[in-house]
Amino acid sequence: MALLSVDELTVTFTQRGRRDVKAVSGVSFDVDQGQVVGLVGESGCGKSVTSLALMGLLPSRGVKVGGRADFDGTDLLTLSGRRMRDLRGSQLAMIFQDPLSSLNPVVPIGVQVTEILTRHRRLKGEAARKEAASLLDRVGIPDPDRRLKEYPHQLSGGMRQRALIAMAVACAPRLLIADEPTTALDVTIQAQILELLKELVDQEGTALLMITHDLGVVAGLCDQVNVLYAGKVVESAARRELFEAPTHPYANGLLGSIPRLDAPRGEPLRPVRGSINDTIAWEDGCAFAPRCDHYTLECLQGTPVLGEPRKPGHQVRCVNPVLSGGAAELRRSVLPEPDEVPGADAAADGTGPEGDGPVEKADPAEKDAVETAGTAEKEAGA
Amino acid sequence: MSLLQLNGVKVHFPVRRGILFDRTVGHVYAVDGVSLSVEPGQTYGLVGESGCGKTTLGRAVLRLVDVTDGEVVFDGTDLAKLPDEEMRRFRRRLQMVFQDPLGSLNPRQNIESILSEGMEAHGIGANQAERRERIRGILARVGLPANALSRYPHEFSGGQRQRIGIARALVLEPDVIICDEPVSALDVSIQAQVINLLEELQQEMGLTYVVIAHDLAVVRHISDVVGVMYLGSLVEEAPSDTLYAEPRHPYTRALMSAVPVPDPEVEDNRERILLTGDLPSPANPPAGCRFHTRCPWKQETRCATDRPELRDLGGGHRVACHWAEEIADGRISPTHNAAQVVHGGHTEPAEPAGSAESTGAAAAVNTGKTEKAATAAE
Repeated sequence: MALLSVDELTVTFTQRGRRDVKAVSGVSFDVDQGQVVGLVGESGCGKSVTSLALMGLLPSRGVKVGGRADFDGTDLLTLSGRRMRDLRGSQLAMIFQDPLSSLNPVVPIGVQVTEILTRHRRLKGEAARKEAASLLDRVGIPDPDRRLKEYPHQLSGGMRQRALIAMAVACAPRLLIADEPTTALDVTIQAQILELLKELVDQEGTALLMITHDLGVVAGLCDQVNVLYAGKVVESAARRELFEAPTHPYANGLLGSIPRLDAPRGEPLRPVRGSINDTIAWEDGCAFAPRCDHYTLECLQGTPVLGEPRKPGHQVRCVNPVLSGGAAELRRSVLPEPDEVPGADAAADGTGPEGDGPVEKADPAEKDAVETAGTAEKEAGA
Repeated sequence: MSLLQLNGVKVHFPVRRGILFDRTVGHVYAVDGVSLSVEPGQTYGLVGESGCGKTTLGRAVLRLVDVTDGEVVFDGTDLAKLPDEEMRRFRRRLQMVFQDPLGSLNPRQNIESILSEGMEAHGIGANQAERRERIRGILARVGLPANALSRYPHEFSGGQRQRIGIARALVLEPDVIICDEPVSALDVSIQAQVINLLEELQQEMGLTYVVIAHDLAVVRHISDVVGVMYLGSLVEEAPSDTLYAEPRHPYTRALMSAVPVPDPEVEDNRERILLTGDLPSPANPPAGCRFHTRCPWKQETRCATDRPELRDLGGGHRVACHWAEEIADGRISPTHNAAQVVHGGHTEPAEPAGSAESTGAAAAVNTGKTEKAATAAE
């Protein structure tokens, strides 16, 4: 039994007079003790909303949350506010992206760290201060006694993130959720913070849910990776498996569009065409179809289900999975054969002039086909 | 003959204090003596972490900030000493693409107005019809529809806004475009589209780029020559393949080892040099080599006292380190405990725990023992 087991989580934002927005539409994954699970995707894919829903931090008005999230036997989504507050900070903790805006600017660091110790561990006065100092020391903040008296603006970005991590691990939580913890930091500082997180997981057996857009971070840190697109997991696999053989066209396209520090130069990148705005509702078919180089009419026959076209345990939500290509190939600096990956050369040839958003110079007919087919599907359904 | 040449460029910002007297109490040495040259048709990449002065340097070339000292020679003319009006005319040939595509476009101007403003200022096109014709051509080239003309910036996605920013630079037919973090605000899949667009435009129009970015992988991908900046000065410069294959400055090595590579095989097996501490303040830079407070290879002599100049190692590879050859040959090992070297997945303290005493701002992080991280994954 996994420590956290999320089952068909849905989050819908509602607003009077507007259509409902489904930010997360059926996400399921498990996180085990001592495991690092990654949620990867671009902006708007629902990764942060997932984490906020798990922590009970979404506003109660205008948001509908569905599904289950079992944390050690209790459903986090239906807990009362009071019981959630007891869990949050002690059993569950979160690290946010922007360390400056998640610290209170007018309260010294020391007070903010001891607050948690007082609330959950009933430590007071000198005992709490000592514990706070040792926490800061543990996350690698030099001269912790002096830092406790300082305000957030007096600390550097890396130091602030360390302070936040210290607050998060103050009560030895069993699950740590890190939402883009290194995005606001420089690479050398990022390396320090990632090393610190790795150490926490290894030493304490903390489960870590890592939310990031950076596939490089995922490659070095996560055990299990879930790739999100438009609110659904499109691919879920063990780390090595995913990078060796990215099978969903989106995951494959993402890996092809990242310039690699160690790749041979001179090869043009293979971007995913279009933008996140070119999408269709999951009910009508695959939300990625309008941007996909592999789509067929089959893609529009309702929501594709998670299958295992390659290996057991490597789940892919696609009817036309990519069965070749990936990091292994890139490493050998051989691009996939054009007939194996029909998208590869098309993307390399004509991506510049292809716009994102509604601008779609190349293949307008194809795109229309997707849209008309989508509507046809809807009508047929009605 | 280089198209753009910087000789000892310095940009210092005064730090003022006091209400009545407004004394200058010090300077922020944002750019402190940078010399480099950019060849026509090439891409020069500037990398470094936040606060290293790369953006200020880019702005100094266009005189968007005042150059304190040094020369910015563009096509034989020293821009640093040019009167303002003449400089304004030179800006047609030197254009800039900014990082934040929404912040750099006026929300109340439509695209036609944004793009024709520069043309009007520089007297390009006889009338609006002619200008519009030209804007249409450029918009099509950067992949925007013709109906974009009458629309406003908020109607476009991030990637499209960046294309508008590029189009705004292109309508003036510049020789040099300075791209300040052109893709860092974009999602990865959109990043790749914009990078490819920049490369295609360069091939078609023979543009010269100066690309400023913090992402080493992006810079290496599009640049012919890469310069690495640290605290206001250039620490290393080399053709981008050479820089990756043989980084000679300790800072470059640390920076490269910190860039995550989307490949578990590589991530698990490579050596990682973890720098400790943060960037020192550019208002009070360390004496001698600016990197010595964080350098794993710091030596007893020279590092803290002599400021290293850029030296040519041959093949266009320049480095500002007293000990570059010794480090490359392995004659000096990273003994200094201000940093630790981490081998794939493992954490091995460079020094036994307890003796961790560091100099300056640096302090040893996590000298604790760590189990092999990779085992869990396998």
